[in-house]
Amino acid sequence: MIAAVISPPDAFLERAPQLLRDSVTGFLPEPWRWLVNALIAIGLILAIFGTLFAFLTLAERKILGRVQNRPGPNRTPIPFLNIRFFGLVQPFADGVKSLTKEDIVPRDADKLLHFLAPVVLLAFSILTFAVIPFGRNLVPLELDAAVLYFFAAGAATELAVFMAGWASHNKYSLLAAMRALAQLISYELPLLLAWVPVVMMAGTLSTTGIIEAQAGWKFGFFPHWFVFTPWGFAGFVIFMISALAESNRSPFDIPEAESELIAGHLTEYSGFKYALFFMAEYFGMIALSGMAITLFLGGWRAPLPFLEFIPSYVWFGAKLIVLLLGFIWIRATFPRLRIDQLTRFAWKFLVPIALINLGNTAIWSLLSNHSAALQLARWPICAAIVLIPFLVMGRKLSAGVAPRTYRYAAS
Amino acid sequence: MSLPLLLIILVTLGAAALAMALRNLIHSALLLIASWAGVAAFFLWAGAEFVAFAQVLVYVGAVSMIVLFAVLLTRRSRADLAVAPDSLGRAFSGFLAGGAVFGVLVGGVLSSPLPGSKAVEPTVSVRDIGTQLMGPNAVALLVVGVILTVALLGAVVLAATEPKPDQGQAQEGGR
Repeated sequence: MIAAVISPPDAFLERAPQLLRDSVTGFLPEPWRWLVNALIAIGLILAIFGTLFAFLTLAERKILGRVQNRPGPNRTPIPFLNIRFFGLVQPFADGVKSLTKEDIVPRDADKLLHFLAPVVLLAFSILTFAVIPFGRNLVPLELDAAVLYFFAAGAATELAVFMAGWASHNKYSLLAAMRALAQLISYELPLLLAWVPVVMMAGTLSTTGIIEAQAGWKFGFFPHWFVFTPWGFAGFVIFMISALAESNRSPFDIPEAESELIAGHLTEYSGFKYALFFMAEYFGMIALSGMAITLFLGGWRAPLPFLEFIPSYVWFGAKLIVLLLGFIWIRATFPRLRIDQLTRFAWKFLVPIALINLGNTAIWSLLSNHSAALQLARWPICAAIVLIPFLVMGRKLSAGVAPRTYRYAAS
Repeated sequence: MSLPLLLIILVTLGAAALAMALRNLIHSALLLIASWAGVAAFFLWAGAEFVAFAQVLVYVGAVSMIVLFAVLLTRRSRADLAVAPDSLGRAFSGFLAGGAVFGVLVGGVLSSPLPGSKAVEPTVSVRDIGTQLMGPNAVALLVVGVILTVALLGAVVLAATEPKPDQGQAQEGGR
């Protein structure tokens, strides 16, 4: 090795967050130091992802606007300066608006549950951030069962949607609550089955351990990310589809379907409580994307060896933004599913594929200890094991549905 | 007894007692979920990380949904949700069944040999639990899996059976 090349873990920018933190808390005695470190981590998560949330809403409105051939929000001026900088201060105007709006609670509503629902929702979505490694050594909480913790904390969010829908004492909201429950029961299973292969191959439930398992390069340049294997790619796609459903994003936004249920469980919420729901949705989206990066996309690792000089947290951020833009792109492109289509898709398609993928991973793992010929042969074998059921089941499910005939429209 | 443990006990048992006392079924179900979360907190306090997260994932995340779904599907209106106390005989049989379960559990706890108070705190990782489940206790795991699969198949068969046209009236409630 050339002595002048600084190995990535020791680079100054890589260690900068720790150095900065230790320079602040280094002089404190041990129990206090731990507490202050934890508080700093919490504050940073809230500040960084709060800001990301604010500008993500703006990016979403801008991109949706562009997709629909309109400019999107562009009129909010910077206060006192009166410069409209592409509507860049729009999120702050939205924040002030939601804070100053009147908070209306319906007379017949279940007052306590109506209040608790947004609080519970936001609390549980923030809890999920605790175990995501944002960079090398930048994981807020090191847990042995971190992946399990993440999905346990995330599982309670749909409960809050139900509470909101039921407490509002509104028929549309109640329908939304029922839909939210059906959606959770359907998509929880493929979501969990999608990451089980990763845990199987990495041999650990800890997030840092999973990223450690994706280290190294094949042929010197090809990263060992799980997404670049047949089972990993299938798992990633299943995970992202289920993540869309879990975070109530379009095309799975049937609990809050504006055009059929007004806004579902959000109908009776206004002001800051509505903003909390909005915030929780984005936090859930960001957390699930962060988990997808950790599980399948190599976490904070650089995609190519010579790019390792860029600090790890920058890579994590870049991957996160790419996935979030994907979420927005999907929202702009796909129409909303019907409830029967949604449940059929989960139970007849995603769950069987995820189960097949689990067996596929076992075969992949068994073939890895054999000769070079088998090592090469497992690529087409494992790809075929996933692809053939995908094609067959896809054909079967869409039989009689596509191509669509328009009976009432003029041809 | 430490303060966190006392708080956990208070939340768990208090939520369970309130769930029994309240007449609104949705409130009872939500309090039952709070009680389950309290049990998970107890596991966490006892250092059983894996069991705690599994408890939250399965009970707070999934079983709670099924309970709430069942409540919403079987009630016709919101007024139907508040259940009036039924007959005295029903309360008596409820107490009898609950007491029997309680007796069996207490008997099981009392009769199981516990190590002395000087037990060494074991350090169990998730990996150890996994190897234990897949190695020595694989049979038990398989049996549980088979039982759950049979239950699932039974539910599918019950739900998928179309009522016969001539006796459709009688079976309409079953679907």
